[in-house]
Amino acid sequence: MSLDTAMVRRIASLARIRLEEEEVGRMQAELNGILGWIEQLQAVDTTGVEPMAGGGAVSLRLRDDVVTDGGMPEKVLANAPDRAGGYFAVPKVVE
Amino acid sequence: MHPTDFTLRGAIEALNEGLLTSEELTRAHLDAIQALNPQLNAYVTVMADQALAQAKASDARRREGIAGPLEGLPLAIKDLFCTAGARTTAGSRILENFVPPYESTVSGNLLRDGAVFLGKVNLDEFAMGSSNTTSSFGPVENPWSRANDPDTRLVPGGSSGGSAAAVAARLALGATATDTGGSIRQPAAFCGIAGIKPTYGRCSRFGIVAFASSLDQAGPVARTVEDCAILLRSMSGFDPKDSTSADVPVPDFAAACARGVKGLRIGVPKEYRLEGTPPEIERLWEQGLQWLRDQGAETVEISLPHTKYALPTYYIVAPAEASSNLARYDGVRFGLREAAKDSDLKDLYERTRAAGFGPEVKRRIMIGTYVLSAGYYDAYYLKAQKIRALIKRDFDQAFAGVDAIVTPATPSAAFGMDEKQDDPVTMYLNDVFTVTANLAGLPGLAVPAGLDAQGLPLGLQVIGKAFDEETVFAVGAAIETAADFRALPRLRAGV
Repeated sequence: MSLDTAMVRRIASLARIRLEEEEVGRMQAELNGILGWIEQLQAVDTTGVEPMAGGGAVSLRLRDDVVTDGGMPEKVLANAPDRAGGYFAVPKVVE
Repeated sequence: MHPTDFTLRGAIEALNEGLLTSEELTRAHLDAIQALNPQLNAYVTVMADQALAQAKASDARRREGIAGPLEGLPLAIKDLFCTAGARTTAGSRILENFVPPYESTVSGNLLRDGAVFLGKVNLDEFAMGSSNTTSSFGPVENPWSRANDPDTRLVPGGSSGGSAAAVAARLALGATATDTGGSIRQPAAFCGIAGIKPTYGRCSRFGIVAFASSLDQAGPVARTVEDCAILLRSMSGFDPKDSTSADVPVPDFAAACARGVKGLRIGVPKEYRLEGTPPEIERLWEQGLQWLRDQGAETVEISLPHTKYALPTYYIVAPAEASSNLARYDGVRFGLREAAKDSDLKDLYERTRAAGFGPEVKRRIMIGTYVLSAGYYDAYYLKAQKIRALIKRDFDQAFAGVDAIVTPATPSAAFGMDEKQDDPVTMYLNDVFTVTANLAGLPGLAVPAGLDAQGLPLGLQVIGKAFDEETVFAVGAAIETAADFRALPRLRAGV
């Protein structure tokens, strides 16, 4: 399966990475190189195999549904590139 | 003896006997960093004032008769571990000015036990790389060089290249590192030191900048196997803040180093005999097995049939998880923001991520996004998860008959900074021997075992059963004893 330039642009858009026009060709070649190499996996018979999702124990722990942290807005906002009062600030999203 | 030449164990004894203070030991390391770091570029951030304050506080505690297991020992911290109040970059422009308000559990455990932090060490951007050349803070130089070609600058391996180079050059007694596909073991092997990736779940991932969460594990690098064992004991332990942290007891790993290998069965996977492996690596492997037989172990050939699929499986699973984990770098809550005057929110995201991520990180996010996208998920991601299950099953079956597995650590010695940079897949092949342990969640240790014809270090790898790091340390220490590795890098402190 080989990616065309339209697909490369679509992936970049899904990944929210701006790709300049002159970068598309190189990215396409690199991605196709990697995907071509990965293609060998299709040869493995995985009939009836349960997918392995995690690195360790199969079930995750649950804890009591109680607040254990919080009340530190200044710490939370300390690294914000832009803020307005106690909020993160972004370009206007609602007209 | 120069203070930077101590092993961790030796430094503990010297401090206990009052032969020197933590302040003296720390100053000696800071001086060494000042002298050698401009060339090696191992440290991204040197924390001299804080380190000296920590050392003085440690000396004061010792005078009062309070001494933790790592009391006063100067260490380097991979710049992937959040350190409260100290910049943590992950080697990326996007986190260039990020100052975490909290401490990672692993680094917090080290501070609890009395350690001194010299600074934050360099790495491949977001730990994605095998050469430490993808860091936005520039490449790290390997302190070793080829005997007949001393001017070619070599890579230290990656992603924990700063950790390994700093410890090899004696700019720290030990360092934290992380390993997602080989990022502890490959740089340790390239720099002639020891390093262990423990069992998945052994060390908390809380506060470690995430790359691929089902594969990422923290571990130590140090100049001896026992030093790794001492550090790992402090780094390990159950942490409710990491949902995959294992609630199991932490044994005295250092004690296990002296167990010996008598009666152990050591597996030798036939699939690790790869075409194109340099003969000196094959010979070193055979030598290592002979050393273990000489000490009373039995070696048996085993089969791990899905080995050849491990790397391509990894290059689906890891980028998929990375694309999800790295979605958080959006220019809104922390880190870099890039926007044009009329940018809307999507344009802000796209410009921020284009400016903040380097080429390798972008490639992996793109691959991950693709393999998780509608229509391709089953063919790539689900398929990879199934093959991952088969790789783990291979190990489960093999470990029914053996106590540990021994393989080469890397398919080559350290290479030049300009080599292997043209094709991503060529670079990925560095992790061919290490990546299987990540996929299966098993502990793997790299131990220096010999030199190649050019005088560069080569390592062997010991893989163990889940949560049986003790046997891994026993086998690693046995190889270390027999190898009696004493060669030193050209660039090092105290020369």
